[in-house]
Amino acid sequence: MLAVGPMNIRGALDVAERSGAEIVPEGSVPRRDVRVWRLMLDNPDHVAQGYDLKRPRLPTPQQVWSELWKTTGAMVERGRTWSKRSLIYHSWITLNSTLWGFLLGTSIGILGAIAITYSRVADMSVMPWAIISQTVPIVALAPMIIVLSNQVGIEERAVPKAIISAYLCYFPVLVGMVKGLRSPAPAQLDLLKTYNASGTQSFLKLRLPASVPFLFTSLKVGIAAALVGTIVGELPTGAISGLGARILIGDQFGNPFAIWSALFAAAILAGVMVTCLDVLQRVVLSRMGMRS
Amino acid sequence: MIWLGFSLVFWVAAWMLNIRLANSVYSKSLAVRIVVPLIFGATLLVLWEGIVRGLNVSPIILPAPSLVAQTLAGSTDILWIDLKQTVLKGALRGYVIGASVAFVVAVLIDRSRFLTRGLLPIGNFVAALPIVGIAPILVNWFGFDWQSKAAVVVVMVFFPVLVNTVQGLRETDAMQRDLMRTYAAGYGYTLLKLRLPAAMPFVFNGLKIATTLALIGAIVAEYFGSPTRGMGFRISTGVGSLSIDLVWAEITVAALVGTGFYGIVAWIEKHVTFWHPSQRG
Repeated sequence: MLAVGPMNIRGALDVAERSGAEIVPEGSVPRRDVRVWRLMLDNPDHVAQGYDLKRPRLPTPQQVWSELWKTTGAMVERGRTWSKRSLIYHSWITLNSTLWGFLLGTSIGILGAIAITYSRVADMSVMPWAIISQTVPIVALAPMIIVLSNQVGIEERAVPKAIISAYLCYFPVLVGMVKGLRSPAPAQLDLLKTYNASGTQSFLKLRLPASVPFLFTSLKVGIAAALVGTIVGELPTGAISGLGARILIGDQFGNPFAIWSALFAAAILAGVMVTCLDVLQRVVLSRMGMRS
Repeated sequence: MIWLGFSLVFWVAAWMLNIRLANSVYSKSLAVRIVVPLIFGATLLVLWEGIVRGLNVSPIILPAPSLVAQTLAGSTDILWIDLKQTVLKGALRGYVIGASVAFVVAVLIDRSRFLTRGLLPIGNFVAALPIVGIAPILVNWFGFDWQSKAAVVVVMVFFPVLVNTVQGLRETDAMQRDLMRTYAAGYGYTLLKLRLPAAMPFVFNGLKIATTLALIGAIVAEYFGSPTRGMGFRISTGVGSLSIDLVWAEITVAALVGTGFYGIVAWIEKHVTFWHPSQRG
């Protein structure tokens, strides 16, 4: 809020000068070398205008909030919830491929973790590559995944986005599940052996329940990563719907409100999803007789 | 078809070899631990090459690894310019600035109980937000050159390092702090000799997470405007002009740099936190 004044003073002065007001250093070119604080002191009347610009460098919280309301709540009231201008529509598109990617990534992570716990070869050969795969900047791969899936004949835009978010979110799940599946103490495993339990039984009755707390912790990391993946996947692809596309379009058309409101919508989405998983974790763990 | 068959045979043979190696008496030795994942990686490459050649996949869709390697060797000058612009100028400077600011802020915040309590949940929440989205805004503020990339990297790196450092500074237990008290050590001395060293495993955890984020941030920021060089620029224009082999070469460089960067930080960690149980095992 405080930062808005100095950030927007130049834009405000340019607008004021164009409409005929007296500004102390005349012309926007000489003003470029003057400090923003000096400008604010010399032109105290115009500071307030910085809070009400059409294309501010930094919008005020009220401006962002009113844009957010205009594209969500107000549209619901007018019964146009699924219009292409509504952020609810765009959030839904993003949420959809985030959840598919999350599902895919989580399944890959859990299956990989089971393979790694039970097979030495998988542990030794897959684990180093899993770590290396995360040091590859995924954004570099994003355009390639989109080109590839287009060529293979998948027209649906959601598929490459889901693959990218799966790529980002499988790793925390994999690492957490490996830790969780290995968490039972040798004494507990030995006990099951004395009961003559088979491998499947000891997996279902001991290893899997023991891994649940670890699973939820990594799911929370994973879903946030999946959302980042989807948004990154929407950026370089020329997508026209989705929060990432809103950010890109807002950037290209010089509309800061669109960027900021999409950013806040993404933040709210991330918060809601993480909170949902948190509640689920509490319910499941207390049902299982564990405390989180 | 010969290529496809050969690569499948190679895959089975390599898998058998890996099983033999992993179950042999030498499975704990360093050589085997390095060789097994290398064989696995080579298998993937051979399989890729075999599929591309065997099924006649057009190089515009998916170039074979051999073609990518050729392009990589043939255009080192372009790749080096991009590397300098994106990694050395953007990512590395941003990483250093962001990590050191976060570290200093964490040490300052640590003095106040109120701030520490409030910061951890907020920091964890912010770390879950899709921060890459601010890239266009920062490019708008700081211009097209490396400054805006560094700014994006600073913001992305800040929170993981901050949260981890604050957490690490709380890691000492009452006994250790009491011991420092009996030595008549003041705040500064306790911080320097006890609490910072104890926090180091956490700090390095944050630094390692931040290495990947730094590269992602620098590359994403280039999608929103950059001078006519840089890895993100080359990738986005390469996809447009269908020079896919160059894009894959760029990805290879990014992967190598990312792994190398991570490896360097992990190496430093090993030497700084040599006393920690996870490094001794």
